[in-house]
Amino acid sequence: MAGRLRMSLGIVGLLVVLLAVMVVAVSIGAVNIPVADVWAVLLHHVTGRGATGDPALDQIVWTFRAPRVVLAALVGAGLAVAGAVLQTLVSNPLADPIVLGSSYGASLGAVLVITLGGAALGGLGGLGVSGAAFVGALAAGALVFALGQRQGRLAPTRLVLAGVAVGYVLLSMTSFVQLMATPTELRTVMFWMLGSVAGAQWDQLPTVAVVVIGSTVLLTFFGRRLNALLAGDESATALGVDVNRLRAVLLVISALLTGTVIAVAGGVGFVGLMIPHLVRLTTGADHRRLLPLTALLGAVYLVVVDLLSRTLTRPNELPLGILTAMLGAPFFLWLLRRNKGLDTA
Amino acid sequence: MRLTVDHLHITLDRRPILRDVNLEAAEGDIVGLVGPNGSGKSTLLRSVYRSLRPADGVVRVGGDDVWELSSRTAARRTAAVLQDAGTVSGLTVTEIVALGRTPHHGLMDRDGAEDHRAVAEAVDRCGVGPFADRDYVTLSGGERQRVLLARALAQQPRLLVLDELTNHLDIRARFELLDLIRRTGITTLAALHDLDLAARLCDHLVVLHEGAVVAAGPVLKVLTPDLLREVFGVRADTERHADGVVRITYAAQPLALEREALEREAEPADR
Repeated sequence: MAGRLRMSLGIVGLLVVLLAVMVVAVSIGAVNIPVADVWAVLLHHVTGRGATGDPALDQIVWTFRAPRVVLAALVGAGLAVAGAVLQTLVSNPLADPIVLGSSYGASLGAVLVITLGGAALGGLGGLGVSGAAFVGALAAGALVFALGQRQGRLAPTRLVLAGVAVGYVLLSMTSFVQLMATPTELRTVMFWMLGSVAGAQWDQLPTVAVVVIGSTVLLTFFGRRLNALLAGDESATALGVDVNRLRAVLLVISALLTGTVIAVAGGVGFVGLMIPHLVRLTTGADHRRLLPLTALLGAVYLVVVDLLSRTLTRPNELPLGILTAMLGAPFFLWLLRRNKGLDTA
Repeated sequence: MRLTVDHLHITLDRRPILRDVNLEAAEGDIVGLVGPNGSGKSTLLRSVYRSLRPADGVVRVGGDDVWELSSRTAARRTAAVLQDAGTVSGLTVTEIVALGRTPHHGLMDRDGAEDHRAVAEAVDRCGVGPFADRDYVTLSGGERQRVLLARALAQQPRLLVLDELTNHLDIRARFELLDLIRRTGITTLAALHDLDLAARLCDHLVVLHEGAVVAAGPVLKVLTPDLLREVFGVRADTERHADGVVRITYAAQPLALEREALEREAEPADR
């Protein structure tokens, strides 16, 4: 009961932090806009009340910066939740969206469209970069599932190894395609592979929001069963969990979530690996707490990283993947050293 | 709750593991499953807690075929303490005990008063209260087994399945754990390596050898010198002591070694 109170406080606290960080992120840029003005514009668009004020200011806040910040939050949340669930599903603390091969599948799809263009690829080109990335992510995920089975059951170790092997093949194919790219295309490819939310548009956000928020809620409902999985497959079975079906259902949800997020933001690394462990180390591994908190912290983290990526080297932008690890890893290592529970088994 | 295993056949990777196994545990009985390594003990247990589907035959708990029940219903009847302790840390002792409530809930259910009561009672019964807030990975072997037993009791089962519960425990921890199980009064099927411990804990023993039952019944009737020699390859005597406990006295060497020694003596010395 005390735990539930603490958790509600944690969720409300992180929500407030997320909102604050998002408003600040919108206010900072090539032109700095006072937070009060940002708030007025956002409130006007969301509730329809108040005046629009300066149309230029309105355009900067609502058309350029707000969708980007919202997308950063959704992508951070989605990757972090997918990582948390995958770590449990394959009982491997190193798992993240990359183990399913989805990231590399998405990269190959995107890079093919960027370098060869729509004409060379027929149907795939018609989907655009995002569409091709989504198809690539799901195809890679499906291939890894197919290879990760043993006698009709998804076997965790086999799944991880299949994911790594498929990932390497896709990565080498991606590298090969890059050889044919022009320097301009290469820059786009690099940005895409390291992740970016620079191209955010309002019209793509509803789909991403529904997928990210919907799967986070759905996966949290499976929290009790995910907890049981921590006890080991056989013990989870004795606790009444249909382990094979659970693993299949949740892997499909995770693959859809990962595919959707990567399709719009590219291969942002490290968030899916680090954020879940960060939350586990501070509040424990109960998934009913872990997943909502992981989603919020992932959102806060990527909003901050995106803000830094467009301000640190202004007017140039950095890809997200460069900063996610550079900023996150030292803090993560510090937390790891402080924790005494690990490896005493 | 009554457990009946009826003409059970189990095949893994096209290899027969269990052949025509029959077994009965009446309400409140403690039945020990003994046999050498690889005799099929864990496989038989898996079929009871509904992890392995038999090729032929039926496992009934409380009169129902476990495969006719949903996985959740089966788990509300049968709880298991197994040797796979999982790999990920991060759960406290109380949270692990609370895992026992898993089969009592659907996807949307939140914990209720009944859950808190069942968990508190199991924590109390197994004496894991003093370390209730610690991380499982920081516990000693004996403490861990008590936590897993508490998890099983929080499940409020009518049948307990135990796989080598007392492995790696010191002798005092073993006795305490056995005493704990006896006092629950729950029908129990326990696979045990240690025959002395099996004799001490169980009302009945079932001996598995190469996937088949070779003896079953009261402890003293089952653990005869002949059976110990044929199944376990050791020379030993059993007798019931004045305190009612059956004790086994082993000869100095296993049979195979004795035989080798005899053969060596028989061979010509100049070779």
